[in-house]
Amino acid sequence: MFESLSERLGGILDKLTRRGALTAEDVNEAMREVRRALIEADVALEVVRSFTDKVRTRAVGAEVIRSVSPGQQVIKIVHDQLVEMLGSTAQPIDLAAVAPVPIMMVGLQGSGKTTTSAKIARRLTQRQKRKVLLASLDTRRPAAQEQLRVLGEQNGIDTLPIVAGQTPTQIAERAMTAGRLGGYDVVILDTAGRIHIDEPLMMEMAEIKRVANPHEILLVADSLTGQDAVNLAKSFDERVGITGIVLTRMDGDGRGGAALSMRAVTGKPIKLIGTGEKSDALDDFDPGRIAGRILGMGDIVALVEKAAEEMDLKKASEAAKKLQKGLFDLDDLREQLGQMIKIGGMKGMLGMMPGMAKIKNQLEGANLDDKVLKRQIAIINSMTKAERKKPDLLNASRKRRIAAGSGTKVEEINRLLKSHRQMADMMKMMGKKKGGLFGGLGSLFGGGGMPDIDPAAIEELQRQGKLPPMPGGLPGGLPGAPSGTGAPPVGLPPMPPGGMPGLGGFRGGLPGLGGPKGPGGFPFGGKKK
Amino acid sequence: MSETEKRGLWGRLFGGAAPAASEPPAAEPVVEAPAPAPTSWWQRLKSGLSRTSSSLTEGISAVFTKRKLDAETLEDLEDVLIRADLGMDTATRVAKALAKGRFDKEISEAEVRSVLAEEVEKILAPIARPLVLDPAFRPHIILVVGVNGTGKTTTIGKLAQIYARDGKKVKLAAGDTFRAAAIDQLRIWAARTGATIVAREPGADAAALAFDALREAVEDGTDVLIIDTAGRLQNRTELMDELEKIVRVLKKLDPAAPQTTILTLDATTGQNALNQVEIFGKVAGVNGLVMTKLDGTARGGILVAIAAKFGLPVHFIGVGEGADDLEPFVAGDFARAIAGLEQ
Repeated sequence: MFESLSERLGGILDKLTRRGALTAEDVNEAMREVRRALIEADVALEVVRSFTDKVRTRAVGAEVIRSVSPGQQVIKIVHDQLVEMLGSTAQPIDLAAVAPVPIMMVGLQGSGKTTTSAKIARRLTQRQKRKVLLASLDTRRPAAQEQLRVLGEQNGIDTLPIVAGQTPTQIAERAMTAGRLGGYDVVILDTAGRIHIDEPLMMEMAEIKRVANPHEILLVADSLTGQDAVNLAKSFDERVGITGIVLTRMDGDGRGGAALSMRAVTGKPIKLIGTGEKSDALDDFDPGRIAGRILGMGDIVALVEKAAEEMDLKKASEAAKKLQKGLFDLDDLREQLGQMIKIGGMKGMLGMMPGMAKIKNQLEGANLDDKVLKRQIAIINSMTKAERKKPDLLNASRKRRIAAGSGTKVEEINRLLKSHRQMADMMKMMGKKKGGLFGGLGSLFGGGGMPDIDPAAIEELQRQGKLPPMPGGLPGGLPGAPSGTGAPPVGLPPMPPGGMPGLGGFRGGLPGLGGPKGPGGFPFGGKKK
Repeated sequence: MSETEKRGLWGRLFGGAAPAASEPPAAEPVVEAPAPAPTSWWQRLKSGLSRTSSSLTEGISAVFTKRKLDAETLEDLEDVLIRADLGMDTATRVAKALAKGRFDKEISEAEVRSVLAEEVEKILAPIARPLVLDPAFRPHIILVVGVNGTGKTTTIGKLAQIYARDGKKVKLAAGDTFRAAAIDQLRIWAARTGATIVAREPGADAAALAFDALREAVEDGTDVLIIDTAGRLQNRTELMDELEKIVRVLKKLDPAAPQTTILTLDATTGQNALNQVEIFGKVAGVNGLVMTKLDGTARGGILVAIAAKFGLPVHFIGVGEGADDLEPFVAGDFARAIAGLEQ
């Protein structure tokens, strides 16, 4: 159901592309689809309305830029407007107050308050070197206080000792006293959730607020929330007065429309997003990324960042050195296959690339999954060290041995070797051409003019990498968007000029998969039938 | 706890680590919710849904104080339904059905409500099916799955209460070995309802635990075995594989296991609930739904969309936090409550 907006708008925008300017009627027609996309992304209706009104005003009579089609322009305006409404600058947690700085976490039951409290504590401790005290004020849900204590222990963060029978307000007082006496920089108060916003809950929140005088009051909300998100954000903001929003479960496949709703009705910034159940899965909020997601246009930035996170830096720099010399052996290939599985496999990667949703669905039907990658790793594992360094050694009898060892067939080994050869050739070319396709993250294994790879450099790369695809207004090659041809994307979708950062490494890659079905290269081209 | 008392202010504030850690987690206080005055389940459902229906009916009132049913009015009605999370398609469908034969005629608010209730009930009626325990199976296995925070463990507690009250021998399996303190939470529910519990240390293999729980249940003649699982997002392949493994392993002991696989859905969830039903259905063979948190501000209208698309039975709805607040799902009542009609 969540096919991308660009695909959905296809028909309408195809018509638009053939014209020179945007008429009111064109825009209205496109806006109906945009409205639908937003509603399906769970953006609250009132917000959708004011949003489409704003876009309409901007789009009608907008100066038509010669180089882009009107259709692309509509998408760009929609995207820009989304980013604007989401707030274009990141707003981190504000700790500029007298220590211990109290942070109060509020939200409904099951929104992820306790987990988020621990994540924030961990982040402040590790990244900003603050001394944090966690206190659970949830005396209601069975074992809630225990949960926070365990989380604190797991992450090496102090938690306020549990004292039976205290009211939330008493615990808040005790936490603040403990924070002062213990020399803590930050005290995080995890309050009780309720299933709904009722009077007693709001009274309790107000009382805790009075006692602790929190510097930040963060509303923790589930990004999968539907139309109710507006009520939720409004009531918490009116009654308790929030200073920011933390969206959880952003690692789900929801479209995250709740973000827009809550931001729009409260005007409060979204400060952080939760992206997984592990304690370090907490990210800064990036409006451009969420905008792309709401519109269903994939998430290239996420792909790049995820790739950067999962890559083993040391191994990557070793690989980079090798590649600079033009060497790429089967060990390296295995390494890359492993990295791909870590990133989330084929499907995970495709899901994050714009316009690939359709292909991803076909993939599911075609039963082409990570097993293929695993099988290829198995083949390489069945080789001797010498064979991996020098694939030329592999004669028929060696191949038969490897096939038996890995439970595959000789043909599969041949296919793997062929793709490896192609990839190695490609790498050699890349190695010579510094920069080039290996810009951005590709340099992790491509060594495109980055001799020393350290984490800071990677972060820098990520920051740079963010710029080309999204906020730059979806340059040129929005896949499936009106490039005039209407042809289905064959092979790789057209990439934004300048190359998708980070994908360089995969480009000629994905060895073996394309073999039997398609003309090599990116394996999904051949699956189009 | 008395030990803590003796340790003075400093000790109480900071000495927690060593002694408190050695205390069994079960000593953690359970502050019971003040028992609400006994109300009929209808009232509870009604008050739970009241926000849905009041906002919906307010919307309807605003749209229809006797006016002509034209295209614009219909669009407004569609919007009202979208606001209740019915989703674009279902909202359009209901609005169309409503317009049939009435287009361009004067229509009153009451009429709109009753037609709305009718249309919603038409969609919901086929899926209002109670959870029937199959006496042929001892134990009848109920596997409870869902996204994090949708209320799996609480629903299990409530189910345990229902079956324990029926005189059934209930066993719980603490299969959520991931979330800190989930096991303790289930233990507390077991103690409250008198069910037995099979639990392991956190981080243990959930499939192995489910397997052992089933074996134990067969041996000691348990009537109902309810297996908790860790919450997971449906797009996390590796976690869904884990879930698949639990089902696979259970089938080794009982090829028909689990007799019932329940997906818990949070009523506040928007259109993503459709994805949840689809993928959990594919991986774990979900054959029943429980919608939780219907006493909230949430509209729960997504249930109508789910009914239209998947036709999976809805066994129960959660309308409160108490052990008794799990009610059978009645389509007509739900539809009428959504439409803001009295019983």
